[in-house]
Amino acid sequence: MPNSKLKQALDSGKFVVTAEAGPLKGTDIKEIEEIAHLLKGKVDAINVTDQQSSVMRLGSLVTCHLLKEWGVEPIYQLTCRDRNRIALQSDLLSAWVLGVENCVALTGDLPSSGDHPQAKPVYDLDSVQLLGVMHSLNEGHDMMGNELKGKTDFFCGAVVNPGADTEASLELQIIKMEKKIAAGARFFQTQAVFDPSSFEKFIKRVEQYKVPILAGVIPLKSAGMAKFMNKNVAGINVPQAMIDKMTKAEDKTQTGIALCAELIRTLKGMCQGVHIMAIGWEKKVPDIIAAAGL
Amino acid sequence: MIVGERKQFDQIWESIKNYKSVLILGCGTCVAVCQAGGEKEVGLLASEIRMKSQMEGKAIKIGEATIERQCDREFFDSIKDQARDYEAILSMACGAGVQFCAEVLEPIQVFPALNTRFIGVTEQEGNWAERCRACGNCVLGTYGGICPVTICAKGLLNGPCGGSKNGKCEAGQEKDCAWVLIYNRLKKQNRLENLRGIVAPKDYSLQNHPARVVNEFYTRPIISSGEEKNAK
Repeated sequence: MPNSKLKQALDSGKFVVTAEAGPLKGTDIKEIEEIAHLLKGKVDAINVTDQQSSVMRLGSLVTCHLLKEWGVEPIYQLTCRDRNRIALQSDLLSAWVLGVENCVALTGDLPSSGDHPQAKPVYDLDSVQLLGVMHSLNEGHDMMGNELKGKTDFFCGAVVNPGADTEASLELQIIKMEKKIAAGARFFQTQAVFDPSSFEKFIKRVEQYKVPILAGVIPLKSAGMAKFMNKNVAGINVPQAMIDKMTKAEDKTQTGIALCAELIRTLKGMCQGVHIMAIGWEKKVPDIIAAAGL
Repeated sequence: MIVGERKQFDQIWESIKNYKSVLILGCGTCVAVCQAGGEKEVGLLASEIRMKSQMEGKAIKIGEATIERQCDREFFDSIKDQARDYEAILSMACGAGVQFCAEVLEPIQVFPALNTRFIGVTEQEGNWAERCRACGNCVLGTYGGICPVTICAKGLLNGPCGGSKNGKCEAGQEKDCAWVLIYNRLKKQNRLENLRGIVAPKDYSLQNHPARVVNEFYTRPIISSGEEKNAK
Protein backbone atom coordinates (compact mmCIF):
# COMPACT_ATOMS: atom_id res chain seq x y z
CA MET A 1 0.00 0.00 0.00
CA PRO A 2 1.21 3.51 -0.73
CA ASN A 3 2.28 5.17 2.41
CA SER A 4 3.72 8.61 1.74
CA LYS A 5 4.53 9.99 5.19
CA LEU A 6 4.50 13.46 3.67
CA LYS A 7 0.94 12.96 2.46
CA GLN A 8 -0.07 11.63 5.88
CA ALA A 9 1.49 14.64 7.59
CA LEU A 10 -0.32 17.08 5.29
CA ASP A 11 -3.61 15.18 5.62
CA SER A 12 -3.31 15.31 9.43
CA GLY A 13 -3.50 19.11 9.30
CA LYS A 14 -0.27 19.65 11.24
CA PHE A 15 2.15 22.38 10.18
CA VAL A 16 4.53 20.42 7.98
CA VAL A 17 8.28 21.04 7.84
CA THR A 18 10.42 19.97 4.91
CA ALA A 19 14.10 20.64 4.40
CA GLU A 20 16.37 20.39 1.44
CA ALA A 21 19.62 18.54 0.84
CA GLY A 22 21.82 18.79 -2.20
CA PRO A 23 24.02 15.79 -2.99
CA LEU A 24 27.69 16.69 -3.30
CA LYS A 25 29.96 16.34 -6.30
CA GLY A 26 31.55 12.91 -5.97
CA THR A 27 30.86 9.63 -4.29
CA ASP A 28 31.46 10.68 -0.68
CA ILE A 29 28.09 10.43 1.08
CA LYS A 30 29.27 11.10 4.65
CA GLU A 31 27.98 14.68 4.74
CA ILE A 32 24.50 13.84 3.52
CA GLU A 33 24.29 10.89 5.92
CA GLU A 34 25.15 13.19 8.82
CA ILE A 35 22.47 15.64 7.71
CA ALA A 36 19.94 12.83 7.41
CA HIS A 37 20.62 11.56 10.92
CA LEU A 38 20.56 15.07 12.34
CA LEU A 39 17.19 15.92 10.73
CA LYS A 40 15.55 12.53 11.21
CA GLY A 41 12.41 12.95 13.32
CA LYS A 42 12.73 16.74 13.20
CA VAL A 43 11.39 17.31 9.68
CA ASP A 44 8.58 15.54 7.85
CA ALA A 45 10.58 15.07 4.66
CA ILE A 46 13.71 16.17 2.86
CA ASN A 47 13.80 17.31 -0.76
CA VAL A 48 16.78 16.05 -2.70
CA THR A 49 17.74 18.50 -5.41
CA ASP A 50 18.39 17.33 -8.96
CA GLN A 51 21.75 18.65 -10.23
CA GLN A 52 20.95 21.96 -8.52
CA SER A 53 21.99 25.11 -10.40
CA SER A 54 23.00 22.80 -13.26
CA VAL A 55 26.09 21.69 -11.35
CA MET A 56 26.85 18.02 -11.98
CA ARG A 57 26.82 15.89 -8.82
CA LEU A 58 25.55 12.68 -7.26
CA GLY A 59 22.04 11.88 -8.44
CA SER A 60 18.81 12.78 -6.70
CA LEU A 61 17.27 9.34 -7.20
CA VAL A 62 19.98 7.32 -5.47
CA THR A 63 20.25 9.92 -2.70
CA CYS A 64 16.49 9.65 -2.11
CA HIS A 65 16.89 5.90 -1.82
CA LEU A 66 19.69 6.33 0.75
CA LEU A 67 17.56 8.77 2.79
CA LYS A 68 14.80 6.18 2.84
CA GLU A 69 17.27 3.56 4.12
CA TRP A 70 18.38 5.99 6.83
CA GLY A 71 14.77 6.42 7.91
CA VAL A 72 14.08 9.85 6.42
CA GLU A 73 11.16 10.54 4.09
CA PRO A 74 12.59 11.71 0.74
CA ILE A 75 11.06 14.04 -1.83
CA TYR A 76 12.52 13.33 -5.25
CA GLN A 77 13.08 16.53 -7.23
CA LEU A 78 13.02 15.89 -10.93
CA THR A 79 13.89 18.52 -13.53
CA CYS A 80 13.22 18.55 -17.25
CA ARG A 81 16.64 19.91 -18.13
CA ASP A 82 18.72 16.75 -18.47
CA ARG A 83 16.39 13.96 -19.59
CA ASN A 84 13.93 13.39 -22.36
CA ARG A 85 10.48 11.87 -21.80
CA ILE A 86 11.80 8.31 -22.06
CA ALA A 87 14.46 8.81 -19.37
CA LEU A 88 12.10 10.79 -17.10
CA GLN A 89 9.47 8.05 -17.13
CA SER A 90 12.08 5.34 -16.63
CA ASP A 91 13.64 7.21 -13.69
CA LEU A 92 10.20 7.63 -12.13
CA LEU A 93 9.57 3.88 -12.37
CA SER A 94 13.01 3.27 -10.87
CA ALA A 95 12.28 5.70 -8.04
CA TRP A 96 9.08 3.88 -7.17
CA VAL A 97 10.86 0.51 -7.14
CA LEU A 98 13.46 2.02 -4.77
CA GLY A 99 10.73 3.09 -2.35
CA VAL A 100 10.54 6.78 -3.22
CA GLU A 101 6.95 7.97 -2.87
CA ASN A 102 7.07 11.76 -3.23
CA CYS A 103 8.25 13.70 -6.21
CA VAL A 104 8.37 17.32 -7.22
CA ALA A 105 8.43 18.34 -10.88
CA LEU A 106 10.56 21.30 -11.89
CA THR A 107 11.66 22.88 -15.15
CA GLY A 108 15.32 23.11 -14.11
CA ASP A 109 17.84 25.94 -14.43
CA LEU A 110 19.58 26.45 -17.76
CA PRO A 111 22.90 24.64 -18.15
CA SER A 112 24.55 28.06 -18.61
CA SER A 113 24.22 28.69 -14.86
CA GLY A 114 26.21 25.60 -13.92
CA ASP A 115 29.61 23.98 -14.31
CA HIS A 116 28.91 22.42 -17.71
CA PRO A 117 27.65 25.46 -19.63
CA GLN A 118 28.26 23.73 -22.97
CA ALA A 119 25.75 20.96 -22.20
CA LYS A 120 22.73 20.46 -24.47
CA PRO A 121 19.58 21.52 -22.58
CA VAL A 122 16.76 19.01 -23.06
CA TYR A 123 13.38 20.43 -21.91
CA ASP A 124 11.58 17.76 -23.94
CA LEU A 125 8.75 18.15 -21.41
CA ASP A 126 7.95 21.08 -19.15
CA SER A 127 7.03 20.85 -15.47
CA VAL A 128 3.27 20.81 -16.18
CA GLN A 129 3.65 18.00 -18.69
CA LEU A 130 5.95 16.11 -16.30
CA LEU A 131 3.25 16.23 -13.62
CA GLY A 132 0.87 14.79 -16.22
CA VAL A 133 3.34 12.00 -16.88
CA MET A 134 3.56 11.21 -13.14
CA HIS A 135 -0.22 11.04 -13.08
CA SER A 136 -0.23 8.61 -16.03
CA LEU A 137 2.25 6.32 -14.30
CA ASN A 138 0.06 6.42 -11.19
CA GLU A 139 -2.87 5.40 -13.37
CA GLY A 140 -0.93 2.39 -14.66
CA HIS A 141 0.15 3.51 -18.10
CA ASP A 142 2.95 5.50 -19.68
CA MET A 143 2.35 8.86 -21.37
CA MET A 144 1.61 7.12 -24.67
CA GLY A 145 -1.08 5.01 -23.02
CA ASN A 146 0.91 1.78 -22.96
CA GLU A 147 0.00 -0.37 -20.00
CA LEU A 148 2.51 -0.78 -17.18
CA LYS A 149 3.13 -4.07 -15.43
CA GLY A 150 3.11 -2.66 -11.92
CA LYS A 151 2.21 1.01 -11.48
CA THR A 152 3.39 3.83 -9.25
CA ASP A 153 1.45 5.80 -6.67
CA PHE A 154 3.48 8.95 -6.30
CA PHE A 155 2.44 11.88 -4.14
CA CYS A 156 3.26 14.62 -6.62
CA GLY A 157 4.18 18.18 -5.90
CA ALA A 158 5.29 21.28 -7.72
CA VAL A 159 6.85 24.66 -7.12
CA VAL A 160 5.53 28.18 -7.48
CA ASN A 161 7.12 31.60 -7.23
CA PRO A 162 4.86 33.78 -5.04
CA GLY A 163 7.17 36.79 -5.27
CA ALA A 164 6.70 37.44 -8.97
CA ASP A 165 7.48 41.11 -9.39
CA THR A 166 5.08 42.36 -12.04
CA GLU A 167 1.39 41.90 -12.80
CA ALA A 168 2.25 39.78 -15.83
CA SER A 169 4.70 37.58 -13.87
CA LEU A 170 2.29 37.02 -11.01
CA GLU A 171 -0.67 36.24 -13.29
CA LEU A 172 1.52 33.87 -15.29
CA GLN A 173 2.65 32.11 -12.09
CA ILE A 174 -0.95 31.67 -11.00
CA ILE A 175 -2.09 30.42 -14.41
CA LYS A 176 0.76 27.91 -14.39
CA MET A 177 -0.08 26.90 -10.83
CA GLU A 178 -3.65 26.15 -11.94
CA LYS A 179 -2.29 24.00 -14.75
CA LYS A 180 0.00 22.15 -12.34
CA ILE A 181 -2.95 21.38 -10.08
CA ALA A 182 -5.00 20.19 -13.06
CA ALA A 183 -2.06 18.01 -14.12
CA GLY A 184 -1.86 16.35 -10.70
CA ALA A 185 0.13 18.50 -8.24
CA ARG A 186 -1.12 17.76 -4.72
CA PHE A 187 1.16 20.11 -2.80
CA PHE A 188 3.36 23.14 -3.53
CA GLN A 189 6.68 24.33 -2.22
CA THR A 190 7.42 27.97 -2.94
CA GLN A 191 10.42 30.07 -3.86
CA ALA A 192 11.91 31.67 -0.75
CA VAL A 193 9.63 34.14 0.99
CA PHE A 194 11.07 37.04 3.00
CA ASP A 195 8.19 39.50 2.96
CA PRO A 196 5.12 38.02 4.72
CA SER A 197 2.77 40.77 3.51
CA SER A 198 3.38 40.10 -0.19
CA PHE A 199 3.16 36.35 0.50
CA GLU A 200 -0.19 36.88 2.19
CA LYS A 201 -1.52 38.62 -0.93
CA PHE A 202 -0.41 35.64 -3.00
CA ILE A 203 -2.02 33.19 -0.58
CA LYS A 204 -5.31 35.10 -0.75
CA ARG A 205 -5.27 34.58 -4.51
CA VAL A 206 -4.56 30.85 -4.41
CA GLU A 207 -6.20 29.53 -1.24
CA GLN A 208 -9.33 28.78 -3.31
CA TYR A 209 -7.45 25.84 -4.89
CA LYS A 210 -7.31 24.02 -1.52
CA VAL A 211 -3.88 22.59 -2.27
CA PRO A 212 -1.39 22.59 0.62
CA ILE A 213 1.35 25.20 0.27
CA LEU A 214 4.71 24.99 2.02
CA ALA A 215 6.31 28.43 2.12
CA GLY A 216 9.98 28.38 1.20
CA VAL A 217 12.38 30.06 3.61
CA ILE A 218 16.13 30.62 3.43
CA PRO A 219 18.09 31.56 6.59
CA LEU A 220 20.29 34.56 5.85
CA LYS A 221 24.00 34.12 6.53
CA SER A 222 24.91 37.75 5.87
CA ALA A 223 23.62 41.04 4.50
CA GLY A 224 25.70 40.38 1.39
CA MET A 225 23.83 37.14 0.74
CA ALA A 226 20.51 39.01 0.92
CA LYS A 227 21.71 41.71 -1.48
CA PHE A 228 23.05 39.10 -3.88
CA MET A 229 19.72 37.24 -3.93
CA ASN A 230 17.74 40.46 -4.38
CA LYS A 231 19.83 41.29 -7.40
CA ASN A 232 20.13 37.87 -8.99
CA VAL A 233 17.40 35.48 -7.91
CA ALA A 234 13.96 35.73 -9.50
CA GLY A 235 11.13 36.27 -7.06
CA ILE A 236 13.32 36.96 -4.02
CA ASN A 237 12.94 40.28 -2.27
CA VAL A 238 14.58 40.55 1.14
CA PRO A 239 13.18 43.68 2.82
CA GLN A 240 15.70 46.40 3.68
CA ALA A 241 14.85 46.18 7.41
CA MET A 242 15.98 42.55 7.42
CA ILE A 243 19.19 43.41 5.57
CA ASP A 244 19.89 46.17 8.12
CA LYS A 245 19.42 43.73 11.01
CA MET A 246 21.96 41.40 9.41
CA THR A 247 24.39 44.28 8.83
CA LYS A 248 24.21 45.38 12.47
CA ALA A 249 24.24 41.89 13.96
CA GLU A 250 27.26 40.95 16.06
CA ASP A 251 26.50 37.25 15.87
CA LYS A 252 25.42 36.82 12.23
CA THR A 253 24.65 33.13 12.65
CA GLN A 254 22.33 33.60 15.62
CA THR A 255 20.66 36.60 13.98
CA GLY A 256 20.15 34.68 10.71
CA ILE A 257 18.56 31.80 12.59
CA ALA A 258 16.41 34.14 14.72
CA LEU A 259 15.15 36.10 11.70
CA CYS A 260 14.28 32.88 9.87
CA ALA A 261 12.47 31.52 12.93
CA GLU A 262 10.53 34.76 13.34
CA LEU A 263 9.51 34.60 9.68
CA ILE A 264 8.33 31.01 10.06
CA ARG A 265 6.19 31.98 13.05
CA THR A 266 4.58 34.74 10.97
CA LEU A 267 3.99 32.46 7.99
CA LYS A 268 2.54 29.69 10.16
CA GLY A 269 -0.93 31.19 10.13
CA MET A 270 -0.97 31.60 6.35
CA CYS A 271 -0.05 28.22 4.90
CA GLN A 272 0.20 24.50 5.59
CA GLY A 273 3.91 24.21 6.18
CA VAL A 274 7.36 25.51 5.60
CA HIS A 275 10.16 24.37 3.33
CA ILE A 276 13.56 25.29 4.77
CA MET A 277 16.23 25.71 2.11
CA ALA A 278 19.32 26.03 4.26
CA ILE A 279 21.88 26.18 1.40
CA GLY A 280 24.88 24.80 3.31
CA TRP A 281 23.37 25.35 6.75
CA GLU A 282 21.46 22.04 6.77
CA LYS A 283 22.92 21.17 10.16
CA LYS A 284 21.41 24.36 11.63
CA VAL A 285 17.88 23.39 10.56
CA PRO A 286 17.09 21.83 13.99
CA ASP A 287 18.07 25.15 15.63
CA ILE A 288 15.76 27.06 13.27
CA ILE A 289 12.90 24.66 13.99
CA ALA A 290 13.47 24.95 17.73
CA ALA A 291 13.66 28.75 17.60
CA ALA A 292 10.44 28.85 15.57
CA GLY A 293 8.76 26.77 18.26
CA LEU A 294 7.70 24.02 15.88
CA MET B 1 16.03 34.79 -43.44
CA ILE B 2 18.91 32.51 -42.53
CA VAL B 3 21.31 34.52 -40.40
CA GLY B 4 24.98 33.70 -40.61
CA GLU B 5 28.08 35.07 -38.98
CA ARG B 6 31.53 35.08 -40.51
CA LYS B 7 34.04 32.73 -38.90
CA GLN B 8 37.12 34.17 -37.23
CA PHE B 9 39.72 35.01 -39.87
CA ASP B 10 42.33 32.68 -38.34
CA GLN B 11 39.98 29.74 -38.69
CA ILE B 12 39.26 30.59 -42.33
CA TRP B 13 42.97 31.08 -43.03
CA GLU B 14 43.84 27.68 -41.47
CA SER B 15 41.36 25.96 -43.77
CA ILE B 16 42.70 27.40 -47.05
CA LYS B 17 46.33 28.42 -46.47
CA ASN B 18 47.83 25.37 -48.17
CA TYR B 19 45.98 25.79 -51.48
CA LYS B 20 47.49 27.52 -54.50
CA SER B 21 44.16 28.98 -55.66
CA VAL B 22 40.94 29.72 -53.82
CA LEU B 23 37.63 31.05 -55.17
CA ILE B 24 35.61 32.97 -52.60
CA LEU B 25 31.97 32.40 -53.47
CA GLY B 26 29.34 34.69 -51.99
CA CYS B 27 25.61 34.13 -51.70
CA GLY B 28 23.35 37.01 -52.69
CA THR B 29 20.25 36.25 -50.61
CA CYS B 30 19.91 35.76 -46.82
CA VAL B 31 23.55 36.08 -45.83
CA ALA B 32 23.94 39.14 -48.05
CA VAL B 33 21.08 40.82 -46.17
CA CYS B 34 22.66 40.03 -42.82
CA GLN B 35 25.98 41.33 -44.11
CA ALA B 36 27.90 38.12 -43.60
CA GLY B 37 28.36 36.49 -47.00
CA GLY B 38 27.24 38.75 -49.86
CA GLU B 39 29.27 40.42 -52.59
CA LYS B 40 30.62 43.11 -50.26
CA GLU B 41 31.78 40.57 -47.69
CA VAL B 42 33.42 38.49 -50.45
CA GLY B 43 35.50 41.55 -51.35
CA LEU B 44 36.49 42.20 -47.73
CA LEU B 45 37.50 38.61 -47.09
CA ALA B 46 39.45 38.49 -50.37
CA SER B 47 41.46 41.56 -49.31
CA GLU B 48 42.18 40.07 -45.90
CA ILE B 49 43.37 36.81 -47.41
CA ARG B 50 45.54 38.59 -49.99
CA MET B 51 47.19 40.66 -47.24
CA LYS B 52 47.75 37.66 -45.04
CA SER B 53 49.20 35.54 -47.83
CA GLN B 54 51.56 38.36 -48.75
CA MET B 55 52.73 38.63 -45.13
CA GLU B 56 53.19 34.86 -44.94
CA GLY B 57 55.05 34.82 -48.24
CA LYS B 58 52.50 32.58 -49.91
CA ALA B 59 51.33 33.02 -53.48
CA ILE B 60 47.64 32.14 -53.35
CA LYS B 61 45.51 33.08 -56.33
CA ILE B 62 42.27 34.52 -54.95
CA GLY B 63 39.13 34.71 -57.09
CA GLU B 64 35.85 36.42 -56.22
CA ALA B 65 32.33 35.60 -57.33
CA THR B 66 28.81 35.89 -55.93
CA ILE B 67 25.74 34.04 -57.13
CA GLU B 68 22.14 34.85 -56.30
CA ARG B 69 21.58 31.74 -54.17
CA GLN B 70 23.72 28.74 -53.28
CA CYS B 71 20.66 26.73 -52.24
CA ASP B 72 19.46 26.36 -55.87
CA ARG B 73 21.50 24.27 -58.33
CA GLU B 74 20.75 26.44 -61.37
CA PHE B 75 22.52 29.52 -59.99
CA PHE B 76 25.84 27.67 -60.00
CA ASP B 77 25.75 27.42 -63.83
CA SER B 78 27.25 30.89 -64.23
CA ILE B 79 30.39 30.11 -62.17
CA LYS B 80 30.93 26.39 -62.93
CA ASP B 81 33.65 27.02 -65.57
CA GLN B 82 35.37 29.68 -63.47
CA ALA B 83 35.39 27.36 -60.44
CA ARG B 84 37.36 24.67 -62.36
CA ASP B 85 40.39 26.99 -62.32
CA TYR B 86 40.61 26.79 -58.50
CA GLU B 87 41.81 24.11 -56.06
CA ALA B 88 39.41 25.17 -53.33
CA ILE B 89 36.20 27.13 -52.84
CA LEU B 90 35.52 29.24 -49.79
CA SER B 91 31.73 29.37 -49.65
CA MET B 92 30.18 32.31 -47.84
CA ALA B 93 26.70 30.75 -47.89
CA CYS B 94 24.77 29.21 -45.00
CA GLY B 95 25.36 25.52 -44.26
CA ALA B 96 22.75 24.51 -46.82
CA GLY B 97 24.44 26.55 -49.53
CA VAL B 98 27.89 25.18 -48.67
CA GLN B 99 26.58 21.63 -49.09
CA PHE B 100 25.03 22.35 -52.49
CA CYS B 101 28.22 24.10 -53.51
CA ALA B 102 30.27 20.99 -52.62
CA GLU B 103 27.81 18.76 -54.47
CA VAL B 104 27.52 20.81 -57.64
CA LEU B 105 31.23 21.61 -57.91
CA GLU B 106 32.51 18.15 -56.92
CA PRO B 107 35.39 17.19 -56.73
CA ILE B 108 36.63 20.71 -55.90
CA GLN B 109 37.10 21.02 -52.12
CA VAL B 110 34.73 23.43 -50.44
CA PHE B 111 35.19 25.16 -47.06
CA PRO B 112 32.70 27.23 -45.07
CA ALA B 113 33.54 30.84 -44.27
CA LEU B 114 30.43 31.38 -42.13
CA ASN B 115 28.77 29.84 -39.13
CA THR B 116 25.03 29.49 -39.73
CA ARG B 117 23.20 30.84 -36.70
CA PHE B 118 19.42 30.92 -37.02
CA ILE B 119 16.22 31.85 -38.84
CA GLY B 120 15.66 35.45 -37.89
CA VAL B 121 14.79 39.04 -38.58
CA THR B 122 16.60 42.37 -38.86
CA GLU B 123 15.86 44.13 -35.57
CA GLN B 124 17.79 47.17 -36.75
CA GLU B 125 20.86 47.83 -38.91
CA GLY B 126 23.52 45.38 -37.80
CA ASN B 127 21.29 43.60 -35.29
CA TRP B 128 19.62 40.31 -36.18
CA ALA B 129 17.48 38.21 -33.86
CA GLU B 130 16.22 34.64 -33.93
CA ARG B 131 12.47 34.23 -34.44
CA CYS B 132 11.87 30.64 -35.56
CA ARG B 133 13.19 27.20 -34.60
CA ALA B 134 11.54 25.42 -37.54
CA CYS B 135 9.75 23.11 -35.09
CA GLY B 136 7.39 21.77 -37.74
CA ASN B 137 4.18 22.61 -35.88
CA CYS B 138 3.59 26.35 -35.71
CA VAL B 139 1.86 27.58 -32.55
CA LEU B 140 2.11 31.33 -33.22
CA GLY B 141 -1.67 31.66 -33.59
CA THR B 142 -2.18 30.69 -29.97
CA TYR B 143 0.49 32.95 -28.51
CA GLY B 144 -0.27 36.26 -30.19
CA GLY B 145 2.46 35.88 -32.79
CA ILE B 146 5.27 35.40 -30.26
CA CYS B 147 7.01 32.04 -30.39
CA PRO B 148 7.62 30.39 -27.00
CA VAL B 149 9.59 27.61 -28.68
CA THR B 150 12.11 30.20 -29.88
CA ILE B 151 11.93 33.18 -27.54
CA CYS B 152 11.65 31.18 -24.29
CA ALA B 153 15.20 29.95 -23.59
CA LYS B 154 13.75 26.62 -22.45
CA GLY B 155 11.14 26.39 -25.21
CA LEU B 156 8.39 25.90 -22.64
CA LEU B 157 4.76 25.61 -23.75
CA ASN B 158 2.81 25.98 -20.50
CA GLY B 159 4.10 29.26 -19.12
CA PRO B 160 7.29 30.69 -17.66
CA CYS B 161 9.78 28.92 -15.43
CA GLY B 162 10.68 30.41 -12.06
CA GLY B 163 13.63 32.27 -13.53
CA SER B 164 11.77 35.21 -15.04
CA LYS B 165 12.81 38.44 -13.27
CA ASN B 166 11.52 41.95 -14.08
CA GLY B 167 10.21 40.61 -17.37
CA LYS B 168 13.66 39.35 -18.31
CA CYS B 169 14.96 35.84 -18.87
CA GLU B 170 17.08 33.64 -16.62
CA ALA B 171 19.44 33.34 -19.59
CA GLY B 172 20.38 37.00 -19.33
CA GLN B 173 19.01 40.40 -18.44
CA GLU B 174 19.30 41.50 -22.09
CA LYS B 175 16.73 38.87 -23.09
CA ASP B 176 12.99 39.38 -22.62
CA CYS B 177 10.96 36.67 -20.92
CA ALA B 178 8.88 35.27 -23.80
CA TRP B 179 5.96 34.63 -21.48
CA VAL B 180 5.75 38.22 -20.27
CA LEU B 181 5.76 39.35 -23.93
CA ILE B 182 3.06 36.80 -24.75
CA TYR B 183 0.98 37.81 -21.73
CA ASN B 184 1.13 41.49 -22.61
CA ARG B 185 0.27 40.87 -26.29
CA LEU B 186 -2.65 38.57 -25.50
CA LYS B 187 -3.92 41.00 -22.87
CA LYS B 188 -4.01 43.79 -25.46
CA GLN B 189 -5.88 41.43 -27.79
CA ASN B 190 -8.27 40.51 -25.00
CA ARG B 191 -7.58 36.80 -25.34
CA LEU B 192 -5.64 35.82 -22.21
CA GLU B 193 -7.78 32.69 -22.15
CA ASN B 194 -5.31 31.28 -24.70
CA LEU B 195 -2.89 30.82 -21.80
CA ARG B 196 -5.26 28.50 -19.97
CA GLY B 197 -5.51 24.78 -20.47
CA ILE B 198 -2.63 22.32 -20.47
CA VAL B 199 -0.59 22.20 -23.67
CA ALA B 200 0.40 18.61 -24.51
CA PRO B 201 4.05 17.63 -25.02
CA LYS B 202 5.44 18.67 -28.38
CA ASP B 203 5.80 16.11 -31.15
CA TYR B 204 9.52 16.09 -31.76
CA SER B 205 9.21 13.45 -34.46
CA LEU B 206 8.30 16.43 -36.67
CA GLN B 207 11.88 17.56 -36.20
CA ASN B 208 13.53 14.31 -37.27
CA HIS B 209 16.54 15.04 -39.44
CA PRO B 210 17.05 15.38 -42.31
CA ALA B 211 13.62 16.82 -43.03
CA ARG B 212 12.10 17.07 -46.50
CA VAL B 213 9.05 18.84 -47.90
CA VAL B 214 7.52 17.57 -51.13
CA ASN B 215 4.80 19.50 -52.95
CA GLU B 216 3.11 16.97 -55.21
CA PHE B 217 1.60 19.65 -57.39
CA TYR B 218 5.07 20.46 -58.68
CA THR B 219 6.62 17.00 -58.57
CA ARG B 220 3.98 15.01 -60.47
CA PRO B 221 4.74 14.32 -64.14
CA ILE B 222 3.57 17.15 -66.41
CA ILE B 223 1.02 15.82 -68.92
CA SER B 224 -0.77 18.20 -71.25
CA SER B 225 -4.52 17.64 -71.67
CA GLY B 226 -3.96 16.42 -75.23
CA GLU B 227 -1.45 13.81 -74.11
CA GLU B 228 -3.79 12.79 -71.32
CA LYS B 229 -6.48 11.98 -73.91
CA ASN B 230 -4.01 10.02 -76.03
CA ALA B 231 -2.87 8.08 -72.99
CA LYS B 232 -6.43 6.98 -72.39
